[in-house]
Order: sequence, then C-alpha cells, then structure tokens
Amino acid sequence: MSDLVTSSAKPLVAICVGPGGVGKTTVSAALALSAAQVGKRACVVTIDPARRLADALGTGQLGNEPRLVSPGAGQGWPGELWALMLDAQSTFDHLVARYATSGAQAQAILANPVYRNISAALSGTQEYMAVEKLFELVESASFDLVVVDTPPARHALDFMEAPRHLLRLLDNRVFRLLMTPTRAGLRAVEVGANVMLRALSRVAGGQVVADTVQFFTEFEGMEEGFRARAKRADELLRSPTTSFVLVCSPRRDTVDEALYLVAQLSREGLEVETVVANRCYPRYGSLPLEVVPGTARGPLAGLVANMAQLAVLSSKQDEQLARVREAMPKAALYQVPFLTGEVADLEALQKVASYLS
Amino acid sequence: MDTLSFFSQSRVLIVTGKGGTGKTTVSGVMANLAARVGLNVVVVQVAAAGDRLEPETANLCRLFGEQAVLGYEELSLRPGPPGQVKARSLRPDTALVEYLHLHGAKRLSRRLLNTGALEVVATAVPGMPDMLVLGKVKQMERAAAAGQAGAADVIVLDAPAAGHAVRFLQSPHGLLEAAAAGPVRAQARDVVEMLEDPSRCQVVLVTTPEETPVNETVEVAQLLEDRAAVKLCAVVVNARFPPLDLPAGLSVPELAPLAQASGLALAPGELASLASAGQLRRQRMEAQAAQVARLASELPLPQLELPFIFSVDLGPAELGTLTDALQASVANWQPVGLP
Repeated sequence: MSDLVTSSAKPLVAICVGPGGVGKTTVSAALALSAAQVGKRACVVTIDPARRLADALGTGQLGNEPRLVSPGAGQGWPGELWALMLDAQSTFDHLVARYATSGAQAQAILANPVYRNISAALSGTQEYMAVEKLFELVESASFDLVVVDTPPARHALDFMEAPRHLLRLLDNRVFRLLMTPTRAGLRAVEVGANVMLRALSRVAGGQVVADTVQFFTEFEGMEEGFRARAKRADELLRSPTTSFVLVCSPRRDTVDEALYLVAQLSREGLEVETVVANRCYPRYGSLPLEVVPGTARGPLAGLVANMAQLAVLSSKQDEQLARVREAMPKAALYQVPFLTGEVADLEALQKVASYLS
Repeated sequence: MDTLSFFSQSRVLIVTGKGGTGKTTVSGVMANLAARVGLNVVVVQVAAAGDRLEPETANLCRLFGEQAVLGYEELSLRPGPPGQVKARSLRPDTALVEYLHLHGAKRLSRRLLNTGALEVVATAVPGMPDMLVLGKVKQMERAAAAGQAGAADVIVLDAPAAGHAVRFLQSPHGLLEAAAAGPVRAQARDVVEMLEDPSRCQVVLVTTPEETPVNETVEVAQLLEDRAAVKLCAVVVNARFPPLDLPAGLSVPELAPLAQASGLALAPGELASLASAGQLRRQRMEAQAAQVARLASELPLPQLELPFIFSVDLGPAELGTLTDALQASVANWQPVGLP
C-alpha cells in the first residue's frame, strides 16, 4: 500500500476488486484517506456505500460530482480527500449530450420512452458507468490518486470487461441487424423485412421491438463517439499506472472467488499487487494443555470455551491466508481485523487506514 | 410451528439477502430440513447470463459433501425419495432457448444464441432474461402442484442478492407495463400470479446481525413488498454468536481470583488473553443483540436464527448442526399476529 500512496506517478488509479460482502467500499475509502494523510489529493468513487458511511463522506447529499470531505473535529490531513457516489443514469445522460450531433438529437434520445431501460442495459448497468466516471476523473487531472470501488457484481471482472461489453454489443451481429451502415453512420432497418427481427418480435412483442428500432434510429451517428471512448477507457484500465487491490476475507468461499479473479486478471496480463484481507478475527495465543475446554470448572468455563472456539477460527483463517500468499507471493498482504462496531465515521475509517500502511 | 407445517406454507421459497450474509447456506439448510421430514426438495440457483464460474453452486454442493458445480440438469445432493434434495442452476440463455422452442422458433433459437441474441433481447426488453428464469420456476411450481412424477414438493430458489433480487422479482411487473400483447405479456402475467399468491410463493430474507446488513434487509423488504408484491415469510438471522456465560468482570485483576479459585494455574499473559478474548466475545454478543432488536422493531417479521460457526468452510457436519438449529428455531416460531 505504501507504493500506492507514495508513488509520484500521476494520476494513479487503484481499482478495488473482490467478492461481495467483504468490505470493499470501506477499504476503498480508507485507501483514499491514507493517501490524503500523506499529502495527496485523492478521490474515491463509491458505488453503493452504506448509509452512514455515505453520510460521513458527505456523499449522501451528492450528485455525480466529487465533493471535498471535511475532516471532523480534531482531525485533519495534509492532503485532500474527495468522494462521490456514482449515479449511473446521469453519467450516461452526459455521454448522450456529449456525443449527440445536435442538441435536438440529444433531446430526442433522452425523451424516448424506452431510453431509460435501454441505456441501463446498453451500458452494462453500473459497471461501464463507473469506468466512464473514472475516465472522466483521470482526464480532469485534478487528482493524484483515484480509487474505484467496483460494484457488488457477481463477478468483479465484469468491471474490467465493461468497455469491451459495450463495444461487443455494438458489434453484435443481431444488433447490426437493427442498423444498416449508411455513409453517415447507421440506419435502422424495417422490422418486417428481416426474419431474425420477426423472431425477436415473437419473443419480445412487436411494439417493444419497434420502440427499440426507433431508439437506435435516434442513436444514429453517436455510435462512433461511444466506440472511441470505450476503447480509451479500456486502455486506461490496462495502463501501467492502474493498480489492482484485491479485497477478500479469510473464508474459504471468498478466497476461492478472490483467487479466481486473480487468475482471470493474470490471463489478461494484469497483476494484482495488493491484497487486503478484511474482517480477520484476532489471535489470542493459546492456553496450556492442562486447561482443556469443557473441564475448566466454575465461572471460567465460558471464557475457556470461548478462547478455544476463537483459536479454532483463527487457525482456519490462517490456512486461508496462506492460500492467498501462496497464490500471490509478490503481492503485499494487509490484514484488517474485525472492528468493534460499524465503520460509519471518519474516525473509524482512519482506524481501517492505519492497517493499510 | 412444526417443520412440516412450516414448509406447507408455500411451494416456492425465494431466499435473498445482502451478499455475504449466507443466502446459499440458508438455502441448503432449509432444503435439508425439509428433506428430514420426508419432503422432496429442489434447490434452484439463479445464474446470470454469461457466468463463467459459479462460486455459489460450489458452496452449496460442498455443504452436502459434493465436489461439483451445478448445471441445467438436476444433481442429487441427498438421496431419496422420500427426503431427496436435488439442485440445479438456471440461466437466462437456456431458459430463452426453451421459451423459443415452445413458441415455434426452434430452428432459429440456436442461431439467435450463437449470435449473442440474448444480449440484444436483454437490451431490447430489459427484465426479459430475469422473467424467463422466473417463468421456468413457475413451470416447476406447476409441476409440483400437479403432483407430477419426479417433481419436488418444495422449491428453494437461491435468488440474486438484495438489490438485484428486487430487480429480478420486479421484472414481470415491468414487462406487463411495457409489452402490450403477445406471449411475453401472457408469461409475465402468469409469473406475477405466482409471485402474488402466498400459497405458491414466499420470500425468506437472510441477514447477519450487523448494522449495514440489517439496514439493507429493512430496505429490501420494503421494496419487495411495494414493487414485487410478494409475501415475506420470515427473516433468518444468520451467524449469531452462540450465547456463553461470562463472568461479570472481564479485566485481569477481576479474573485472577476466579482463576485461582477454579484451581487453574495461568501465567499473566494467558490470563490477559483469556480476558481480551472474553471482552471481544461479550462486545460481539451485545452488538448483535442490539441489531436483532432493531431488526425486530423495524421489520415486523418472524425471525429464525442460525448460529455462527467457528470455521471458514461449511460441510456436511456443519450442515447437520445448522439444520438442528433451524429446526429448533422453527419450533419456536411465533407468527406475527394481526394488530
């Protein structure tokens, strides 16, 4: 983590990947905070923060733009911490406005009755919009470090794939049926003229297919802009200044999923340099052999049983962490304990950050 | 409530909750409990289109001692009948193929799939992939209702997590609004009918006794009732630390005389460890109790409870322990009375 926060390469991007439910959002925010603590201007892009954390970061009132987080009383840091909560829909609206060939075209698209649904599907929901927002922040050159909390998707790799997903959709052969190339760009076809579309009509209902064709008619000419941008976003994700942070917990199932992610990234030539194992139960040392659980009499029986239970748990956790170390010998591994209480304010976030250096 | 009555409430139990709180575990434990009283169960895990790995299916299989990954065909996890547990996963693309076959587009279906038509359908008709999967579940439920040979008595649907679950269960309603006529509308109507009938379908929420999961559970419950019109059966509080009798004072000076009186010769370091482990335990138990109470006040649903397991992996031994616990919890079931 020290490399991430002290590196002078600007702007640096840290993408936090990992299975759901392991505390990725908290770790993402803590990482940005530790950069602010060493004097950097850091921004964290959250996707779905817990309500109280969102309030602590001031993102509860936020739109889609970064907002400076003010330290609480008695706190302060030499750099700056900024935060935003992604609003996927509004990000796509901005893209439409940007790539429309005229104001009238943008209006027509935004007013289309199926726009809302189709834009959600077309952009791969939150994943692509998160990449888009990241791209925008990096282009603005306002930050030394941008940390992205990836959406709680079933497969965190969806995030990496998001720009290519959009490109693939644009290249999709059935999609191409809906548009025919013209000199200007693409034009939508007649539904009745095409056997595939008739079959789709049978599945989806005629009206919906017609509405969709209409949407793509209005979309004509914008395709190239989207395509170029998606390509550059993809390049950003794969650039040398983009770093991956894997967040997991010391459980068999989350480690399985985490190692799978690492293997997938590795297949793409991308390395995970940092691992954060979150929610680790502490080791308390062991009791001498004579103190056998269940035979301790009297008021200490419960305490002895407790210690034995926690000892079993922590040794199994160690086994899982060993699997991670073995699979990723070059990665820096940080352990964050299961903290008492929710991470719902900046003080608690600073506590998490303290385990990341 | 006795176990058989619990499972007689509904044919389909949809299990959902925040990611990481134990949805798949609870699905497996419920299935195992139903099997114990002689019911034949199928656990259906819902996979999104294009999934390359099914960690959830591997977890479910491991719970029953199987090293396997689930597919379209049912896999037996516990022998029977009676009391058989089978499992399968349902994906939108295979559901789409079946649907097209049923609507006379058999020849085209493979071509459509190969050209990535599902993506286009998902784009053109958002909610369609989800509804196709629910349509398949409805088909299984109808087979169960008709007492068809090979059909299960109970279907446990290991559904997508929290927010995704709302979108998933909302899909037929959305399609009813969007699609004017035709087979999609008919299918959507049938699925809505199933979702809205508590004797056919109910939702079981899963949470851990922690602040954020409880917050999300309360929110999701509200959204499901408003947007998907499904009946909420119960909330399962998973991974609760089992109760333990601890001395009132947990500092080293307070414990030293107790250690002496018990005849335990402990070095100071060992006593300190005992003390801080005890403090952690107490703190966790109290925090969890507070969350459980908050859940009860913010979401007036019957609560079932499963204990925390001091391990990192769950297999058949743990399945047995958890099934015992669920059985005891169901026996203590207090249906929420009308005011």
